Amino acid sequence: MSAPSPTKAPADRPSAEPGPAGAGTEGRPRRSGTATAGRPHAAWALPGVLFFGFFAVVPMGLAFYLSFTSWDGLGDPTPVGLDNWRKLLDDDRMLQSLWLTVLLTVVSWAFQTVIALLLGVWAAGRQRNRAVLSAIFFVPFLLSSTAIALLFYALLDPNFGIIQENILGSSSGAFLAIVFVGGWQFIPFHTLLYQGGARQIPEVLYQAAAIDGAGRHRQFFSITLPQLRHTITTSTVLMVVGSLTYFETVLILTKGGPGTDTAVLPYLMYEAGFKSYDFGYASAIASFLVLAATGLSLILVRLTGFGGMRSTREGM
Amino acid sequence: MESINGRSSGGRPSGAGAAAGAGAGPGGRTFSRRWILGAGATTLLTTGLTACGSDSDSGGGGGTLTAFVYGDDAVKVQQAAVDRFNKSTAARTAKGKVKLERIPGAEYPAKLRTAMGSPSAPDIFFNWGGGSIKDYQEAKQVVDLTDTIENDPALKSGFLPAVLAAGGLGGRHYGIPMRGMQPVILFYNKALFAEHKLQPPTTWDQLQDINAKLKKAKITPFALGGADTWTELMWLEYLVDRIGGPEVFARIQEGDASGWGDPAVLKAAETVKELIDDGAFGSKFSSVAYTNGGAPAVFAKGKAAMHLMGSWEYSTQLGKFPSFAKNNLGWCAFPSVEGGKGDIRNVVGNPTNYWSVNTRAGNKDAAIAFLKDCASETYAKALVANGDIPTTANAAKLLDASPNPEFAKFQYEMVEKAPAFTLSWDQAVGSQTATPMLTEINKLFVGKSSPSEFVSALKELK
Repeated sequence: MSAPSPTKAPADRPSAEPGPAGAGTEGRPRRSGTATAGRPHAAWALPGVLFFGFFAVVPMGLAFYLSFTSWDGLGDPTPVGLDNWRKLLDDDRMLQSLWLTVLLTVVSWAFQTVIALLLGVWAAGRQRNRAVLSAIFFVPFLLSSTAIALLFYALLDPNFGIIQENILGSSSGAFLAIVFVGGWQFIPFHTLLYQGGARQIPEVLYQAAAIDGAGRHRQFFSITLPQLRHTITTSTVLMVVGSLTYFETVLILTKGGPGTDTAVLPYLMYEAGFKSYDFGYASAIASFLVLAATGLSLILVRLTGFGGMRSTREGM
Repeated sequence: MESINGRSSGGRPSGAGAAAGAGAGPGGRTFSRRWILGAGATTLLTTGLTACGSDSDSGGGGGTLTAFVYGDDAVKVQQAAVDRFNKSTAARTAKGKVKLERIPGAEYPAKLRTAMGSPSAPDIFFNWGGGSIKDYQEAKQVVDLTDTIENDPALKSGFLPAVLAAGGLGGRHYGIPMRGMQPVILFYNKALFAEHKLQPPTTWDQLQDINAKLKKAKITPFALGGADTWTELMWLEYLVDRIGGPEVFARIQEGDASGWGDPAVLKAAETVKELIDDGAFGSKFSSVAYTNGGAPAVFAKGKAAMHLMGSWEYSTQLGKFPSFAKNNLGWCAFPSVEGGKGDIRNVVGNPTNYWSVNTRAGNKDAAIAFLKDCASETYAKALVANGDIPTTANAAKLLDASPNPEFAKFQYEMVEKAPAFTLSWDQAVGSQTATPMLTEINKLFVGKSSPSEFVSALKELK
């Protein structure tokens, strides 16, 4: 989905290595052990690196360059120095978009994490009905976000939909619809992460807890949750970066409306670029998004100690 | 990503003409830099938005000319013209053929813009004339057709002069009319009007009287697809015209943003607010769209009694609710406003659409030969058969062949007799102004700004 985060996380690992000592001594030998056992040559990464470089780094660099120019898409860009960046700081709509983006990120995170975590832990059980249901739950993630948005747009039609209310025409209704549709699409993916994470938790921990008399709730809060903390970080980073770049659903469901009340940053960028043809300003917003997304994922990774992680079984 | 591949394979060996046109240094270098920038902007901003589509080789000497066209139902008329042209002697003489590329509706302007900045630009492109081609004209990407038209009697006297002029800028011609006229008309449901003993309004007082009676009968007076802001724009266009006359917007169109401060604009905005507060559009209009068929369905099913819409509403209804279109669809001019300066015969809307030629087109002779076909009677007849009203000078005598001659004649006379034809505001002003203008209009309609806030926001627009 978004380019910066997946590369940032692994790249961050070596630099954080000297930091947290905890399990370091135990982790290190295991690591070099795998290195001697037929580690692939660096050249193997070449196709991936080239692909990423050409389709992510180069366009990003160009957008950054364009953010210092004025360009209407025709002819040549004219350098304008910091004008676009100054406008960015000055623009009331930018401020509103930033606030909406933050709000969307936080609300989506809360909505998706709670449901995905519970569903994921539930789905981690080995019962057959759970396996069947988890497969069904996963279906929305396989659909294209455009198709999902169009589907919900039809369902929310005020005259001919299933809920005949003016949902997309009211500010809070439109916002919550976007949160809901986003959740509907991405919860399955995060459920899968949590399902995998929960299955990694050794059974012995629960057995020991049971002997000590811990009930189901106690087991969930004292074993499952702490054991899942790296999964929570991963899932959070993906959700945050995903929310920052959330676009198609907004375009199709609300076009940023009513008024400008759901015009999140990516939509504002689209509007500046492909409605007003002010590619310089659009690129400034895009660059800001890249910086914000990268910065946020770095901060999240640092804060949670994710960078020092040796193995998902750390803490055992 | 697909578009990048398409673009690189479609790259033309000689970009010299284009670079010279843009007035920039030596051809090759400028060209490739622009390609990279275009590619970069496209990848970054559209990830997944721009579908492929542009796999055609543009120009490239004699071969095939690419024509971008707005891909709606009416495109069959252009397709027939292309097929006719490719078999004609004109095509053989000019050694060129035309290939039509249909770009699906709403994203047409963005797609055209991206393509025009890249090597796979179309040779011929559909547009709305006026403000919609201003940027291309300034970038010297559109061929000046003035001399071509002057030297060709078929073109010069073939079209209604006002319509031909609206395709140009600063007195020069850049476009040839190629579709039907699209005035905005007040449509009404004849069955509902008969049931409640109503007559189509000619004054604002009558309109308010009708609204009151309809509301009493629990019928929404007007259908409005407010999720598409341009439907709301039509109300302001007509109200400003009826209240302050066509001069008010003409001044704004010429670039004088203080023209928004004209009392007529404020009065129009206040009138809109009254209508909304009064429930004239119902309570849900802000989430009803036109483009997905919502508003036309509300209107056709009798939930709303009237609909202010472009003349294409007729063919939309004919397609979706044929019996409604044939039996119950009525039409009239937008009523005059008591004490207002605007003539009830004034029209707003789009005069028509135009073909323009890219200065980079490899074979301009073939492109112009293709454009000339739009003035032919065969082409006009094809438009009429499709329910459109051609903008050709001789269209009146063809209208009997229309699927609905009565509606066709009403439209033709409406445009022919109009003392003033105001181009849709969003097409008349440049795209940099149109986008924030539409946003402000939407805010007014959803109650996010008051009429006076609306006016002061518009005055801030460049």
